[in-house]
Amino acid sequence: MPTELVFTVALQGILTGLVYGLMALGLSVIFGVVRVVNFAHGEMMTIASYGAIVAFGAWNIDPLVAMVPIAVILFALGYAMQAALINPFINRPEHSQFILLAAVAIIMVNGLLMIFGPDARSVLVDYSLDSIEIGPLLVDKVRVITATMALAITAALFAFFKLSHTGKAIRACADNHLGALVIGLNVKQLYALTFGIGSACVGAAGAMMTLLIDTTPNIGPVFTLQAFVIVIIGGLGSMPGALLGGVLIGLSEAMSGLFFAPSAKTMFGVAILILVLLFRPQGLLGRKA
Amino acid sequence: MSSKITRRQFAASAAAGAAIVAGVAPFNIVRAQPKALKIGSIHPRSGFQAQLGIACQRGIDIAPRVLKQLGMGADVEIMNADTESNVDIARSRAEKLINDGANVLIGAFDSGQSAAIAQVAEQKGVPYIINVAAAPQITEQGYKFVFRNFPTAPMLVGDGLNLMKAVFEKSGITPKTAVFMHVNDTFGQAMAGAIKAMAPRFNLPFQIVETIAYDPQAKDLSVEIAKAKATGAEMVMPVTRLNDAILMVREMVKQRWEPKIVMSPGAPGFYENQFYKTLGKFSNYLITNVPWYNPRSSITQKLLDEFTKSYKNELFELNVGFSFEAVMVAVDAFNRAKSTDGKALADAIRLTKIDNHVMAGGTLQFNEKGQNVNIKSVTLQNLDQRPKVVLPLDIAEDNLLLPMPSWSKR
Repeated sequence: MPTELVFTVALQGILTGLVYGLMALGLSVIFGVVRVVNFAHGEMMTIASYGAIVAFGAWNIDPLVAMVPIAVILFALGYAMQAALINPFINRPEHSQFILLAAVAIIMVNGLLMIFGPDARSVLVDYSLDSIEIGPLLVDKVRVITATMALAITAALFAFFKLSHTGKAIRACADNHLGALVIGLNVKQLYALTFGIGSACVGAAGAMMTLLIDTTPNIGPVFTLQAFVIVIIGGLGSMPGALLGGVLIGLSEAMSGLFFAPSAKTMFGVAILILVLLFRPQGLLGRKA
Repeated sequence: MSSKITRRQFAASAAAGAAIVAGVAPFNIVRAQPKALKIGSIHPRSGFQAQLGIACQRGIDIAPRVLKQLGMGADVEIMNADTESNVDIARSRAEKLINDGANVLIGAFDSGQSAAIAQVAEQKGVPYIINVAAAPQITEQGYKFVFRNFPTAPMLVGDGLNLMKAVFEKSGITPKTAVFMHVNDTFGQAMAGAIKAMAPRFNLPFQIVETIAYDPQAKDLSVEIAKAKATGAEMVMPVTRLNDAILMVREMVKQRWEPKIVMSPGAPGFYENQFYKTLGKFSNYLITNVPWYNPRSSITQKLLDEFTKSYKNELFELNVGFSFEAVMVAVDAFNRAKSTDGKALADAIRLTKIDNHVMAGGTLQFNEKGQNVNIKSVTLQNLDQRPKVVLPLDIAEDNLLLPMPSWSKR
């Protein structure tokens, strides 16, 4: 097999994996702090994708530009969802939370179906079909751009949680819920803020994803499942873990497609998940409970 | 005289009345004539095959109006069901349609779903007319109530390979190597099996250097195309659905892979409306050998007029044509059987003989297995962002244009 083919495919896999990582990051951030698993994650991402498609169709706005207002809208949606809907469920059993968010997901999918219909939609910008030559390698320009953006957003989020007062307060809530209450932090508001931040990440990933794949209302559950696999591999609640999980899945899909059967790509991702669950149940970069 | 009716008199009158009604009722049932034929239309109208299922549905919805214009009118009630692109749901929806009174089932675009519906229809004794589905095993089971007005995978491949030779001859371009890429579902596997079994018999001038199967719900085909490109093949033979066909061509453009010919041996994807809308100029010059409507048929023209009136922005293609013909077969059988009984309808469908119809090929009729063996494929080439018949020459709408121009020079 030609070496440049192997390197090209590996690079494409890593770049795709970085966008997967950003997609899973929102899920990981929300669980890490609020301890609620967002089962409507993929569906929120699909809403963001449709936002980008509408912005492009109506006003010709590039999804990479539309990403900013969409992230803001998703932040507001996430904040409102946490404040109005999820906070009352925080202390209820996990299956109640699951049913609540699964119901939200079903409403979102059907709402999108009613508004946009079942047809696949995509965004074709000027550079959609361009490639960049790096020596003997030919790399998809869109993947390079989206992966770079994904890295930048992750770095910004990391800095926010490490350096800002609000970020530190959110981490305090995650580390010690009772302690956070004792020192007078408004935990409910911080939870809503965290859900908003996680949703904004999903919004950005959803807008970028329109440049990579076609969007249909029914793609949400696929994203949700993929995000779950990634965060469990990387470690639920770990931000670098989400990125690592994404890259591992992207790379494994690409390599298994190249060396084995392309139709077995998903199988390899799930095989990694099983290995991680067997030998490191907390995930590669997760902390033991 | 008192006009009061006593309790005993009332009871006696009621009993006598009930006895008369009960005695006459069986004769009423015997005398009752069926007023309307209830057709259960079952297709994937949501899920990843939704666009194609909806295209089939359009053909069914306009069929009663067109048939009335053709003098084949009958009272038809269409009952709709959505398989959600899922085999198990297809099975349960078929059961529900039959329980709700459907006299005939029509569907279901997908081979896996059609096979599941066929089992239900056979068990319940309700005729099932398959409009689109190619897996050969569906009509090889010895079913008595299952009929298919669509070619099997071996028929598709046989016609497809023959037409390939005709394309090479007409264009003067004969590739030496080809890569075969197929979607890994029931249909794709049936096509792959048929090509593997039949290619040696057709004495093809090219060698298939690589076969690449991929997930039907793939969101990205970059690895598959990179692998195919590395073979250096001169021709691509894709067996696709719609979304993967879009992904495939998009990835070929990105990876600057320019084979001389991209020719499907008989699969959806390249001739779908969404394909043209999404890919624009990059949709041109791709070829599909596929059963298609006969543009010269008078019924096709009537159907096309009605379709254009009803769906201005949609494309008239084979899913519409075959779905219309399925309704035509059902109504024709109903008119002859004068009954909605499952066995009577199945017997009438078995004797179908329609010479003037929509799809290219010979008389519309079924063999002892319930298969129409007279359907013929044509060569379609995407020109001016729409599918045009280029072969056979007697029904051609335009000239074949090969080799494909470079992606960058369009």
